[in-house]
Amino acid sequence: MIPSVAGVDTALVRPRKRLADYVETVLPKVVLGPTLICALLFVYGFILWTAWLSFTESRILPRYDFAGLVQYIALFANDRWWIALKNLAIFGSLFIFFCLAIGLLLAILLDQRIRAEGFLRSIYLYPMALSFIVTGTAWRWILNPGLGFEHLVRQLGFEHFTFDWIVTPGMSIYAVVIAGAWQSTGFVMALFLAGLRGIDDAIIKAAQVDGAGPVRIYTSIIIPSLRPVFFSSLIILGHIAIKSFDLVMALTGGGPGFSSDLPATFMYTFAFNRNQIGLGAASAMMMLMTVIAIIVPMIYSETRRRG
Amino acid sequence: MAEPYRTQTAGPHLVARAAVYTLLILFALYYLMPLFVMVTTSLKTLDDIRGGNLLALPREVSLDAWVKAWGSACTGVFCGGLKGNFMNSVSFVVPAVAISTLIGAFNGYVLTMWRFKGSDALFTLLLIGCFIPFQVVLLPMAQTLGWLGIANSIPGLIFVHVIYGLAFTTLFFRNFYVTVPAELTKAARIDGAGFFMIFWRIILPLSPPIIVVCVIWQFTQIWNDFLFGVVFSSGQRQPITVALNNLVNTTTGVKEYNVDMAAAIIAALPTLFVYVVAGKYFLRGLTAGAVKG
Amino acid sequence: MGSLSIRNVVKRFGPVQVLKGINIEAQDGEFLILVGPSGCGKSTLLNMIAGLDSITSGEIAIGGRIVNDLSPKDRDIAMVFQSYALYPNMSVRDNISFGLKIRKVPKEKQDEIVARVAKTLQMEPLLDRMPSQLSGGQRQRVAMGRALARDPMLFLFDEPLSNLDAKLRVEMRTEIKLLHERLKATIVYVTHDQIEAMTLGDRIAVMKDGEVRQLASPQEVYDNPADLFVASFIGSPSMNFIRCPVVAENGTIGVQLHEGTERFVFRAPPAIQASLRSWAGKELIMGIRPEQITDRSPWTGENPHVVSRAAKVEVVQPTGPDTLALIHLNDTPVTCRVHPESAPHPGESMGLMFDLSKLVFFDPQTEKRIS
Repeated sequence: MIPSVAGVDTALVRPRKRLADYVETVLPKVVLGPTLICALLFVYGFILWTAWLSFTESRILPRYDFAGLVQYIALFANDRWWIALKNLAIFGSLFIFFCLAIGLLLAILLDQRIRAEGFLRSIYLYPMALSFIVTGTAWRWILNPGLGFEHLVRQLGFEHFTFDWIVTPGMSIYAVVIAGAWQSTGFVMALFLAGLRGIDDAIIKAAQVDGAGPVRIYTSIIIPSLRPVFFSSLIILGHIAIKSFDLVMALTGGGPGFSSDLPATFMYTFAFNRNQIGLGAASAMMMLMTVIAIIVPMIYSETRRRG
Repeated sequence: MAEPYRTQTAGPHLVARAAVYTLLILFALYYLMPLFVMVTTSLKTLDDIRGGNLLALPREVSLDAWVKAWGSACTGVFCGGLKGNFMNSVSFVVPAVAISTLIGAFNGYVLTMWRFKGSDALFTLLLIGCFIPFQVVLLPMAQTLGWLGIANSIPGLIFVHVIYGLAFTTLFFRNFYVTVPAELTKAARIDGAGFFMIFWRIILPLSPPIIVVCVIWQFTQIWNDFLFGVVFSSGQRQPITVALNNLVNTTTGVKEYNVDMAAAIIAALPTLFVYVVAGKYFLRGLTAGAVKG
Repeated sequence: MGSLSIRNVVKRFGPVQVLKGINIEAQDGEFLILVGPSGCGKSTLLNMIAGLDSITSGEIAIGGRIVNDLSPKDRDIAMVFQSYALYPNMSVRDNISFGLKIRKVPKEKQDEIVARVAKTLQMEPLLDRMPSQLSGGQRQRVAMGRALARDPMLFLFDEPLSNLDAKLRVEMRTEIKLLHERLKATIVYVTHDQIEAMTLGDRIAVMKDGEVRQLASPQEVYDNPADLFVASFIGSPSMNFIRCPVVAENGTIGVQLHEGTERFVFRAPPAIQASLRSWAGKELIMGIRPEQITDRSPWTGENPHVVSRAAKVEVVQPTGPDTLALIHLNDTPVTCRVHPESAPHPGESMGLMFDLSKLVFFDPQTEKRIS
């Protein structure tokens, strides 16, 4: 019987905490530790490092004495950078638009209880398994003016058909859109399809009872309820667009000249080929800030909206 | 699942269905076309290519382009085909996938079953790292690899891919382990199992589905990577994606489109194979990563 | 000696105090219930007894040892969870012997224990099945088997029956009660279901907002609830609470009531007369349970505490064995329990018998029972 008088604990034994138990409390932190250190060092630390470089006059070798905004000024005085930014805007908006539109369309079509749905789905999705280099290489061939698509259409009788975007300075970026959309639409389709499947059947039935026709049901109920999917897709596609490097390198090499340059190719060229580390660092920082400027408000507004 | 919407009469309904199937098939052809073109072009001779057109089948099937792409095409200064680069890719992709998956599994385990103060915040920190454009770490990493003595080497590539793959693998495992009831760990602790035993005996046996997803995802990402390959390696140590790009961009002599296509297919085969065999896990990986948003 | 001693135990999560100072002493072999609404802290307390949650301050002692610094496996306890928590990749046999394996019990002894446990719970045909092949009730039995195999000093149950359907719940309740009587083990059982609490426990600790409001036997908690919360929580349908002024009439204390336009006084039970004297002229809350307001049938002969009155019945709800009739006293809805054949139609008046011997009274400010 334990004495119920408080303070008289002489009959109670109080075993000490074991060493093994101390170890167990520390172990989870130890396991997670390396990853966290890597993240801190190789992500956040490196960002700071690149930021520092962007404030220096580094050229072929890094220098660490502070030089103010000289690189940023040089960056925005550089025509090629402006072309890269313009291309990003064009490419980004068209790429996202087509991926979303075609992705949604395909998802809606596939959702109609199609036979061989799985088979079709895997056809739309397989491009995601390819490297952007492979995609770029393939489309480069397809869009080849003399021997590719243009040649094919001419052979079919349309003698004056031209489709030489890939070698036309003003149009080369649109060729990148075609190849990029081809690759990434399947992914958006998969997301939308999952979203469509997640819609509660009962809501649709209620709308049908209310007398809504198919088009109405889609526009007023289904598509609005896909808003979270739109949002996720937008973020991911925007991210892909800003990072686009592989595709441009393989498809056009940034050319002709630098007419299809994007910030990522700009950064690579100046930092590693032209030995202008400071300028390259500045362009990288600009890319980071674009990502932050676009993604953070989006996440913020969406989580605010969801309450 | 949304129902197909039946209209009053059967006629328009059939027309609608036909339209749907037609559209789907047209799109399917559009998606398959590049693959078709790549394969057929790679099997043609150069004369055939110049004489015919994009969609024509080869007049005579020739494997010369494939042989050349594998063994003797020029990828820059070196003219030994892609086989060396293929091996390079294999030699860093496999360890990088294995290591990042293993660490991701442990991280996911800790983040769901051994939470401590601040562990969720640390996870968010890790996750944000997924979003950055890698351009912003290239310069410092190039420097660091040099200091560590692993610049332009296979270990260097393994290092880079493991580090930047950790965020995703951790995410996969964490999202999966979150669905495992916490009471399972509690029961095991009362039974006397410790940190590693719980992982080994209970959590790991539950993990094959997510391990497959993670491995497929990582394999595809790392095999297909170009940026890290082109920045952190050179010459004969380059991965196959970089070598492919070099091959296609070499301007010496006549452009051998069939070799280009064969080379592209060689580069694409491993990930395509994985996709064909384990496609649904691939899909799960995509949606798992995206739904976090 | 499987006694449990919880002394001044406090639990804080950051600034929030989840347990505000718990004191419970449980004897060896006692079936102690922790019951309360969700958020009251009962599961947290159980986790702290098990060692799955740390103790902010205070002490918990099991069998004479203070276990604050001991990990769960060293506390000589076993726990049965609401979701059973069976290891999904192991057979029933391996589930039961997992803990034994870890503590390096020799193989023959393991087999012996598993056989014994399987026999006790009548699980022998299930031993080689996997958890996914079992029904809910079977899984629960395996979870209990796992706990039994450890032969601990203290059994902890965390809402084990909540995931079962109603019929199964009643069956398993009986099984657990039988098990307790056979093993004479000390059990701490958490539930939010007051029926489970009443039927299973030797003593019940009714908890709310991190405090133990009352720790007593089921009958005691039922008849003499410590405060308004305990009174409303225990018993279904719940006790009726009527706000009424205290009056003194001919030297006896009673409460003033009205039903419709009729005014009358109910006399307080003799035991409380003295305490209520100071309340004359003030208002308090009277509690009367539905089964204390019935039709004529339970009462044969004269009974000094039973008063007859008529009242208008607004709503009638048959439950099978009785019918619940809703009347209004002091403009408060009051539920009564009448025999189904005596129940009137809604809107009709009915003669009711009020058993005043079990009336309880609560201070409207402190909500405590006046004793």
